[in-house]
Amino acid sequence: MHAFSYHSPKTVRQAASLLGKSDDAKLLAGGQTLLPTMKQRLASPTHLVDLGKVEGLASIEQKGRNIVIGAMTCHADVATSAVVLQAIPALAALAGGIGDAQVRNRGTIGGSLANNDPAADYPSAALALNATIVTNKRKIPADQYFAGMFATSLEEGEIITKVSFPIPSKAAYEKFPNPASRYALVGVFVAKKGADVRAAVTGAGSDGVFRSAEVEAALKARFNPKALDGVKVSAKGLNGDIHASADYRAHLIPVIAKRAVTKAVAKA
Amino acid sequence: MSSATGIGASVLRKEDFRFITGKGQYTDDINRQGQAYAYFLRSPHAHATIKKLDISAAKKAAGVVGVLTGDDLAADKVGGLICGWMIHNKDGSPMKAGAHPALAQGKVRYVGDHVAVVIADTYSQAKDAADLIVVEYGVLPAVVDMNDAVKKGATVIHDVASDNRVYDWHLGDKAATEAAFKKAKHITKLDLVNNRLIPNAMEPRAAVGDYDSGQEQFTLYTTSQNPHVARLVLSAFIGIAPEHKLRVIAPDVGGGFGSKIFIYAEETVCVWAAKKVGRPVKWTADRTEAFLSDAHGRDHLTHAEMAMDDKGKILGLRVHTKANLGAYLSTFSSCVPTYLYAPLLSGQYDIPAIYAEVDGIYTNTAPVDAYRGAGRPEATFVVERLMEVAARELGMDPAQFRRKNFIRSFPHQTPVIMAYDTGDYVASLDKALEMADYKNFGKRKKESAKHGKLRGIGFSAYIEACGIAPSAAVGSLGAGVGLWESAEVRVNPIGTIEVLTGSHSHGQGHETTFAQLVSDRLGVDINSVAIVHGDTDKVQFGMGTYGSRSGAVGMSAISKALDKVIAKGKKVAAYALEAAEKDIEFKDGRFSVAGTDKSLAFGEVALQAYIAHKFTGAELEPGLKEGAFYDPTNFTFPSGVHICEVEIDPDTGVTKIERWTAVDDFGTIINPMIVEGQVHGGIAQGVGQAMFEGAHYDKNGQLVTASFMDYTMPRADDLPSFEIGTTTTPCTSNPLGIKGCGEAGAIAAPPAVINAITDAIGHENIAMPATPQAVWLACQASRKMAAE
Repeated sequence: MHAFSYHSPKTVRQAASLLGKSDDAKLLAGGQTLLPTMKQRLASPTHLVDLGKVEGLASIEQKGRNIVIGAMTCHADVATSAVVLQAIPALAALAGGIGDAQVRNRGTIGGSLANNDPAADYPSAALALNATIVTNKRKIPADQYFAGMFATSLEEGEIITKVSFPIPSKAAYEKFPNPASRYALVGVFVAKKGADVRAAVTGAGSDGVFRSAEVEAALKARFNPKALDGVKVSAKGLNGDIHASADYRAHLIPVIAKRAVTKAVAKA
Repeated sequence: MSSATGIGASVLRKEDFRFITGKGQYTDDINRQGQAYAYFLRSPHAHATIKKLDISAAKKAAGVVGVLTGDDLAADKVGGLICGWMIHNKDGSPMKAGAHPALAQGKVRYVGDHVAVVIADTYSQAKDAADLIVVEYGVLPAVVDMNDAVKKGATVIHDVASDNRVYDWHLGDKAATEAAFKKAKHITKLDLVNNRLIPNAMEPRAAVGDYDSGQEQFTLYTTSQNPHVARLVLSAFIGIAPEHKLRVIAPDVGGGFGSKIFIYAEETVCVWAAKKVGRPVKWTADRTEAFLSDAHGRDHLTHAEMAMDDKGKILGLRVHTKANLGAYLSTFSSCVPTYLYAPLLSGQYDIPAIYAEVDGIYTNTAPVDAYRGAGRPEATFVVERLMEVAARELGMDPAQFRRKNFIRSFPHQTPVIMAYDTGDYVASLDKALEMADYKNFGKRKKESAKHGKLRGIGFSAYIEACGIAPSAAVGSLGAGVGLWESAEVRVNPIGTIEVLTGSHSHGQGHETTFAQLVSDRLGVDINSVAIVHGDTDKVQFGMGTYGSRSGAVGMSAISKALDKVIAKGKKVAAYALEAAEKDIEFKDGRFSVAGTDKSLAFGEVALQAYIAHKFTGAELEPGLKEGAFYDPTNFTFPSGVHICEVEIDPDTGVTKIERWTAVDDFGTIINPMIVEGQVHGGIAQGVGQAMFEGAHYDKNGQLVTASFMDYTMPRADDLPSFEIGTTTTPCTSNPLGIKGCGEAGAIAAPPAVINAITDAIGHENIAMPATPQAVWLACQASRKMAAE
């Protein structure tokens, strides 16, 4: 790890101001990706702006038909929140399946979405639940937020403050883990809200999280596991590595989607 | 007392209190006054010449106390790392071993090879300064695949081996084997990959080198399984210092699995550099360095054929193996795919003729050496895959096919060196079949099928040669050392005991099991016994711990020393009790005069030995301290039967191990709890090889699996609850009847898993590791075959 200056602002405004002062400043949320990367000297920001002391960023509340989660809320809190367990149990289950206990106690929802790791779990929930990513500047619909591997539509100096999840009628997340890292090799989040059905896939796309048109079409016709029998997903645009070829990932998407739908239907 | 803490008791591990309360003292916990830190600049290329190496800027960087290169080693006449086992080619010529300098001299041969060392006040400064070293590489083509390495025109890794072949070696009777195959009614043929593994001990390698200029004395603290062997090599071959001026301490060591047997570049450099820079020098590997530069394990390509007669009796076996030895020959690398491999090819079976050929091959990959089992898992994989496949091809039950071919009478001389002393293979098989509920497997398979799952069962009837090893025998096969063990039993005046052993515990629990032997034999409280190991200044000499040798060889040495202590105690007791020595009996911790009620406790006799009031110096030496060297007269032959039952989800390729039955014959067992732990850990590692682990280099020699993000270690939730049983035929060649248990699980498990998976999918075409993707592809192939 190279030397850096550490800043601990108390407000989002201060954080944004510190961030704007250097081209080489980085926000520190839970640090579960940034700090290991810095230790390996793959990243060496000169300034770290720690959001840990910023007030009001860690909260979970129901606002009307939405669950609103503060950006600095750690995964363990989402996993065990009575509000989330009641309204969107699939989201709590997803948070409870991220990494290990240590990661869940440090890693945050805002950090995960800002990093947009192509194998992270949260992006699939945000996209499938049609969440709104709220920043210090604007509100970004999930469909316009994810912009490829480790890329988002966040602009310079823009800080996620909270994420608003509309409460679905049925939802579930199923993850097929990478055998080594246990990140999602293929993770599918399915959600039904009224007539709308969304299915977001993480871990598989070479451009990060995406909605599977094939899976969504089948489930719109009938939100039932059997609807996915025989559904084929193209390997085009999917990621291939030593653990899974693009073909294997393509095969797994409907298989894992079907398991997600089985869970979603069982819960209803 | 002895029943609760003696041989056969599941005594809780004495060492665990300090380990689980964070009081262990590992090499990285050791800090010397004024120590500096070493950072090794490593090659980013798999194969390159070093055209220019400019260290001038690094030398001037903040905190730097020294930057050293291969030129400095040469100037100081520090020798290269050695391979301690000479293998001869078929034509009798010696193997071709290329030079292995601790820091590169003109050429690098694998990614992670050592280019230079930077020593600075802090580790960060050393690392920063290393960025300032300018290396101009002349990148050469790299070869990672063994078949490519031996092709004409392949890049040459060491000039001494122009075809990249270290040796072509063979064992067995070729003509007799050919004749057996000519008689055969059926021949089973298999091509097998034994995948390359990365050891991943929990504690990474580390070293602290220290030099006392007043005493001209070097001290090296290092993560070693055999500190005396490290001292011998560093002294006699590398030339750091004469043995009496070099102390090697291996304190608590957090796992080795073979990888800490070897003498590596880093500890060599740390101890040499300590004098050079005038400061103690410390290095601790980070995990990436461990992946890149710990000696890897296995990595064989094998073609094997087995001949049977019309009744399913095995007539002969022939095997051709290519063994990847990596870019340099590590300390014992040459013997692993030869003498630790081919002599095990008879397995538990009466096979009249065996012929094995092994080519040792250089590639631009990390050196490969012994890893838990070392050669024996590779041999067992060959034999047990052949047995299963042959049974399937012959339409015989795999258990029956094995039973038919088991060795039934002992001692048994195999055609490949080994003379098995004892065993009862039928007993292990019968017990395992019963425990595994084999007779109802068909019902369970049907039940799985109802849920769309494929269930399979696989056997592994393994044998291993442990208790390594009779010195004269290994010497005749090329070993550079003898493989005996030493022990010294020091009884203190009030009867407490220190046992100094040349064995080294790095997870095995010697502080408990060795003390159990003493408690048992001397009838003393186990808490009055301390086991001392891992320091060349305390223990005179020893060969260390590997090859499941510490019970069979190390404890046999202790047993011999205890015999001498008791004999001396009888002499002392005779004077103290005013009786004839021949009338003194020793039992349950008391010396007594036969036929009387006169007796003294062990501690009282110890006191008499030290105060020496009851005898004169002319009659008896005072004191109670005895040493012994024990050289085994044979290998030991642990054996057993493991049965693995899997259920495969053909939709995803996920394989779940539903049941695991292990019935092992380890001879005498000192501590059943510790043995069970060894079996559990061994199976976990074997399952790791079979289903999860695999080092993967890309074609340019970059290690793709250089972190836990890509290298899959087995985890608790990947494993079932094991059902463990034992049968016992005590070893006949050592005084305690111990055979050894440390490697059994890792040896037995891989073929059991693959035999179960292939049983489930209905064909033999799957390689280790059988990852979900590999199994899914194999299931696709099954469907295709069924459709055709």
